[in-house]
Amino acid sequence: MSKEKFITLVSTAVPMPIENIDTDQIIPARFLKATTREGFGENLFRDWRYNSDETPRNEFVLNDPTYSGKILVAGKNFGCGSSREHAAWSLYDHGFSVVISSFFADIFKNNALNNALLPIQVSDEFLKKIFAAIEKNPKTRLTVDLSQQNVVLEDGSSETFDINAYKKTCLLNGYDDIDYLLSLKDEIKHFELAH
Amino acid sequence: MQQQRTLFDKIWDAHIVRSSEGYPDALYIDRHFIHEVTSPQAFDGLRKRGISVFNPSRTTATADHNVPTKDQHLPIKEALSRHQVETLRKNCPEFGIELYDLGHPYQGIVHIIGPELGLTLPGMTIVCGDSHTSTHGAFGNIAFGIGTSEVEQVLATQCVLQYRPKTMLIEINGTLGNGVVAKDIILYIISKLSSSGATGYFVEYAGESIRNLSMEARMTICNMSIEMGARGGLIAPDETTFSYIKGRRFAPQGESFDRLVEQWRHLKSDEGAQYDEVLTFEASDIGPMITYGTNPGMGIKVTDRIPALADLKSSSEQTSLSKSLAYMGLEPGTSLLGKAVDYVFIGSCTNARIEDLRLVASMVKGKKKAANVEVWVVPGSKQVENQAREEGLDIIFEQAGFQLRQPGCSACLGMNEDKIPAGKYCISTSNRNFEGRQGPKSRTFLASPLSAAAAAITGKVTDVRELAGAALTSNN
Ligand code: SF4
Repeated sequence: MSKEKFITLVSTAVPMPIENIDTDQIIPARFLKATTREGFGENLFRDWRYNSDETPRNEFVLNDPTYSGKILVAGKNFGCGSSREHAAWSLYDHGFSVVISSFFADIFKNNALNNALLPIQVSDEFLKKIFAAIEKNPKTRLTVDLSQQNVVLEDGSSETFDINAYKKTCLLNGYDDIDYLLSLKDEIKHFELAH
Repeated sequence: MQQQRTLFDKIWDAHIVRSSEGYPDALYIDRHFIHEVTSPQAFDGLRKRGISVFNPSRTTATADHNVPTKDQHLPIKEALSRHQVETLRKNCPEFGIELYDLGHPYQGIVHIIGPELGLTLPGMTIVCGDSHTSTHGAFGNIAFGIGTSEVEQVLATQCVLQYRPKTMLIEINGTLGNGVVAKDIILYIISKLSSSGATGYFVEYAGESIRNLSMEARMTICNMSIEMGARGGLIAPDETTFSYIKGRRFAPQGESFDRLVEQWRHLKSDEGAQYDEVLTFEASDIGPMITYGTNPGMGIKVTDRIPALADLKSSSEQTSLSKSLAYMGLEPGTSLLGKAVDYVFIGSCTNARIEDLRLVASMVKGKKKAANVEVWVVPGSKQVENQAREEGLDIIFEQAGFQLRQPGCSACLGMNEDKIPAGKYCISTSNRNFEGRQGPKSRTFLASPLSAAAAAITGKVTDVRELAGAALTSNN
């Protein structure tokens, strides 16, 4: 099923300098009850965004009009915990197309890549630099170039990131793993018979 | 010349359908489990593409995450939960998949029913849209959690695209002390490695302490592999494994079973096989464990103190600790012993098998729960529940003032009504202590079934060895 193609993104960013943000925080379990992929953005970081009486918590970054953008910048080990793909859906549905961190949990990374959400792993130093740049100027813009595989800050400093060549092709062209696997169907049938 | 290979590599290699330079491996999947939460969007995907399930006989479904643990014969009250279970009820027959629905004698938590039905076997590749699929690795197979897009891949092609992870060997040598059980081993390992210490790895557990464990205890260990970031964990099969499988409902029977056992005996890492990382721990260093923070890596021996801020090296670790402890309402540098708890949850795919319930029963027999605690015992499956009743454990629980509920995930993730109220403390045998995991603002202490049982009796965090003296030995 074709997904949106990812080319280059220039955007302001939302800072979340917290480590070990687990998928239960990204989308709490009680909101996993939908049977479609849409509408999860509303409940993204639900318990950090709202008080128990449903009023928004003003101090939380997503409620702070100072910060906006399609890039989320988070502390290390982002996306640990539950394998729920709903975490990637809710980030995407909320409007993020890139998450930058110095470390990602495995399953989250896969899930993000399968949903046109680009996880970018940068060094600890560069992550600090990004947080500092946003702190200095919340309207600072980051440039994410997927074909060049780099993130560039407004002061010109940049860092390249790794992405697997196959996943990169998928993102650039907007196709997904099932398209590829379905093309192997005969091979799979042979394997199954011989296995 | 054949290189020495790890068990992981042998199983992986045997399941590669296509391996091309620059592409992830297309891995054939022997066994696929699904549940109501992570499957609906995958079935929708099939419908949108207009394709059927590649091999329906290799997928098994159950309803577990959302289900009530009381009055399961009645319609589910909560509308969204009911809708999700009903969607599964509609999807399974439409795509030809066997479903163990509420009321079915095989229903239960997906990672409990696979092994107990003999669907989980050595040498297999096993996936499920659920991170604790790692549980099945206790039988010497490659089992890991996947996302919903990957569930769709498996339904459509019986394959997933995966990059080969690195391998890690974790050896535990020596004999466990009194009151120390499998849950303590894994909580101890995670506390040493942190919640991300094994990211990118697949772990093989070995050593004398692991060999001496029962199958159910091995499942507890493999279950929590994901909590240190690993894709999964496995244990080479042995006689303990084979005798557990023998005679189970869907396991091969008679001669074909004997033939398979002969093959399974070869499922072990070659002498001298290389791992990317090797870690060794001593069983005698492990004590009854408890977590104090908001990720499973934040654990200590129950007799130790919560770290003080000054014990931590980096300022980011200090910030994490302060944030966690503020959430938990605890002070750095203090001991948890004697801390009052409000709830005790004995359940989840980590510790809700029959041996866990027996262990709890052995501890509480003839005793009563403390007045300040509410105690929920939620068996992992219908079969576990029935077995517990057959053995009279239900009477022991009832006399102790515990509630024996019906099977499901329950307060492990609080998707059904079983939620720990805001601000309350729960000592739990489950696997995650994340903020709000057991209900909004709930506070979780992860511990073994023994420690949970001890807390149920005293009403506070207790060193189980103090309560039960030297009478505690088990291979759980
Ligand atoms: S018991 Fe808990 S960890 Fe296990 S499958 Fe259910 S929700 Fe997941």
